[in-house]
Amino acid sequence: MSDLHTELKKSIIEQLNLEDMEVSEIENDEHLFGDGLGLDSIDALELIVLLEKDYGIKLTDPNQGKEIFNSINTMADFIEKNRTR
Amino acid sequence: MSRNYLLSDSIISPLGFGTTENLAAIRNSESALKLHKHPRFFEEGYYAGLIGDELLDEKFVKIGDVYLYTKLEKLIILAIQKVLDQQPDLDLIKTGLIISTTKGNIAELGKNNFSADRLYLWKMGNMISDFFGFKSKSIIVSNACVSGALAIKVANDFININKFENAIVAGGDLVSDFVLSGFQSFQAISPQPCRPFSRDRKGISLGEAAAAVLIGTGKSKDEEQIQYIDAVTANDANHISGPSRTGEGLYKSISSLLERNKMNPGEIDFLSAHGTATIYNDEMEAIAFNRAGLSMTPVNSFKSYYGHTLGASALIESILTKHSLLNNELYESMNFTELGVSEELNIIQHTEKKELNVALKTASGFGGCNLAMLLKKEG
Amino acid sequence: MSRKLYIKNSVVIRDSKIFRNEELLLKTNEGLSLSSFLKAIYKEQNLKYPKFFKMDSLSKLGYLGVEILSKGNIADKQTALVFANSTSSLETDEAYAASMKKFPSPSLFVYTLPNIMLGELSIRHELRSENSFFISESFDPELFIGYTKILFQQEKIENVLCGWVDLHNNDYDVFLCQIALSGGTDFNEEELKKLYLPTHE
Repeated sequence: MSDLHTELKKSIIEQLNLEDMEVSEIENDEHLFGDGLGLDSIDALELIVLLEKDYGIKLTDPNQGKEIFNSINTMADFIEKNRTR
Repeated sequence: MSRNYLLSDSIISPLGFGTTENLAAIRNSESALKLHKHPRFFEEGYYAGLIGDELLDEKFVKIGDVYLYTKLEKLIILAIQKVLDQQPDLDLIKTGLIISTTKGNIAELGKNNFSADRLYLWKMGNMISDFFGFKSKSIIVSNACVSGALAIKVANDFININKFENAIVAGGDLVSDFVLSGFQSFQAISPQPCRPFSRDRKGISLGEAAAAVLIGTGKSKDEEQIQYIDAVTANDANHISGPSRTGEGLYKSISSLLERNKMNPGEIDFLSAHGTATIYNDEMEAIAFNRAGLSMTPVNSFKSYYGHTLGASALIESILTKHSLLNNELYESMNFTELGVSEELNIIQHTEKKELNVALKTASGFGGCNLAMLLKKEG
Repeated sequence: MSRKLYIKNSVVIRDSKIFRNEELLLKTNEGLSLSSFLKAIYKEQNLKYPKFFKMDSLSKLGYLGVEILSKGNIADKQTALVFANSTSSLETDEAYAASMKKFPSPSLFVYTLPNIMLGELSIRHELRSENSFFISESFDPELFIGYTKILFQQEKIENVLCGWVDLHNNDYDVFLCQIALSGGTDFNEEELKKLYLPTHE
C-alpha cells in the first residue's frame, strides 16, 4: 500500500468524521459510497474540497466525482495523474 | 375559529419596491438575475438578484436613519412600512409581528459595523418591532426555505387562539458571501440564470428580497379577498440536504392538506412550486406532484424572476399567488426550455388570463422540511 | 374543544449534568470540553448511531436529549416537533465562516440552519411529521404552549415534542418535553418554567 493510499484514508476518516474507524478497516478497492463505507452526498462534496485543499485539484463537474470517488484506488490514481501539489 | 385573509402586502426586490412594480415586471418577463463579479468565489461571475445599497438608502432615508439599521433590517422595515401605509387604521397593539428569515444579519459576521448581538435573529426582530412600536415581541420563524410560508401559517394559527387580532408576516434574506460560498461549496449555483424544471437546468441562482403581508379577518365583503385555508408541514426523514427520491415529505404534506380540507387535486387551479432548478429538487417536486395527482395543474416557479430568496421566497411566492388568484392570471415560469423531470408537469409557458379560484403553494428546504398551503378566492 | 394536555417526560442538559424527569441521570467532570461532554453522554448511554459523529454540536445536543427523553424510541410517528432557541445555528455559522476564508466546507454549511436538527431527529426516529423552528431571546413557555395547543386542535395529533436547544460559545442549554393527552404534570406556563429552571437543588 502506497503512502498516498494511507494518507487518503487518514484524511477521509478525519475530514468526514468517521469516528471509531481505523485506517486498516478501509480496503483499497472498497466502495466509498453506497454499500461500502456508506458515504453520502455531503461527504462527496467534502471530498471535492479535500482534493483541492490537499492536492490542488479543482473539480468543476460534480459528475466527475462519481468515478473518482469510487474507491481509495480510483482516488489515488486520479490524484497521481492530476496533482499540482 | 376565524377565517383569515392575505390582506395588504408588499414586495421589496430588485424588480421594484412594491407589489405593483413587481407584478408589472413579471408581466414583462423581467428578471432580477444579473451577472455579478466575485473573483474570490466565482471566476466567471455569478447570476443573482441584488438590491443596490444606494437605492435602498435613498428609499429608507424617508422613514428612518440609514446608519442605524442593517441592510436586511432596512429592507424588511420598508416592506412593513408599505403595508402600514395601506392600512392607516391598523392598531399595532392588537397586531402581531411574525418574521421569517434563514440567515438574518449573517452578512455582518466578522464586521464591526453593528453591535454583535445583531447576529441574533431575535435582536433583529426587536429592531424591526421597535421601529414601528409593535406591542408584542416578534415571533421569529427560521425553518430553512419553508420559513416564509410557515410564518403565514403561524400568523393564522396564533390569530385563531387570540394571541392577537391580526398579524404582519414579514421576511427577508440577503445574498451574502456566506450563502454564496456555501451554495457554491454544494456546487449548486447555476452558471446561467436558473431554469426551473428545464432539461438544461444547472442549479440555483440566489436573490435578495423582503416582503410583508397583513394576515387578518378582513372587513370588506364587497371586494374579492384571498382566504388562507390551511397549511401542513411534513419532514422527509430521509436526508438533511438531499431531496427525497420519492418526494415523500412533499407528497405527504400535499395529500394530508387536501384530505383534511376534503378537497381533490382537480379543484386546484394553480400550483406555485418551489422550483429551485437544482437537478434533484425539481425532480423530487415532479414526483411528489405526480403522486398527489397534480400533473395537469398549471404550475410555475418564480425563482427565475428573483433567484432563490431563501427565507423570503415562500412568502413572496405566496403573495404573488394571491395576486395570481385576484387577477385571474397565470404567470409564466420564466427561463423554461424543455421539461427535464421524469414526470409530467403542466408548466405555465406564457402569462395568460384564466379564471382562478383555488391555489396550492408548496415549499421544501434543507433539513428535509416541506410545506403545502391552500389559498382560495372569496367574495 | 381544547383537549387537556400533559407533560409526560422532560429532559434538561445543563452545566455538565443531565436530568430526566427532574432526576439527575448523569454528571460529568465540569472541565470537559463540549465535544468531550457530548461524546461522554453518547458512550455512557451506549448509543450506536455513527451519524452522531457527523452532526454539529447543536444537532448532537438535540439528538442526545431526545434519545434520553424517549429512551431511544418515539413510537408515535405522527409526533410533531416544536423547537426553538436563542442563537439559531450561530455556533456552526462561525465555524463555517472560518472555513470560508480558505476552503468553504459543505459539511459545515449544511448545519448553518437551526432546523437541520429537526431533520436529524426525523431521520433518526422516522418521523414524517410537522416541524417548526422558532427563535426567541430566551425560553418562552407561552410560545411552546400556544403552538402546541394549535397542533393538537388542528390535527388528529397525540404527541408533540417540544425542545429548547441552545448553543453558543460552548454554552449549552437543553430542555425537552413530551406533551401528550395523559401524563403526570399539567402542561401550563408555571409547570414548564419549573421544569425548565428548577429553583431547588
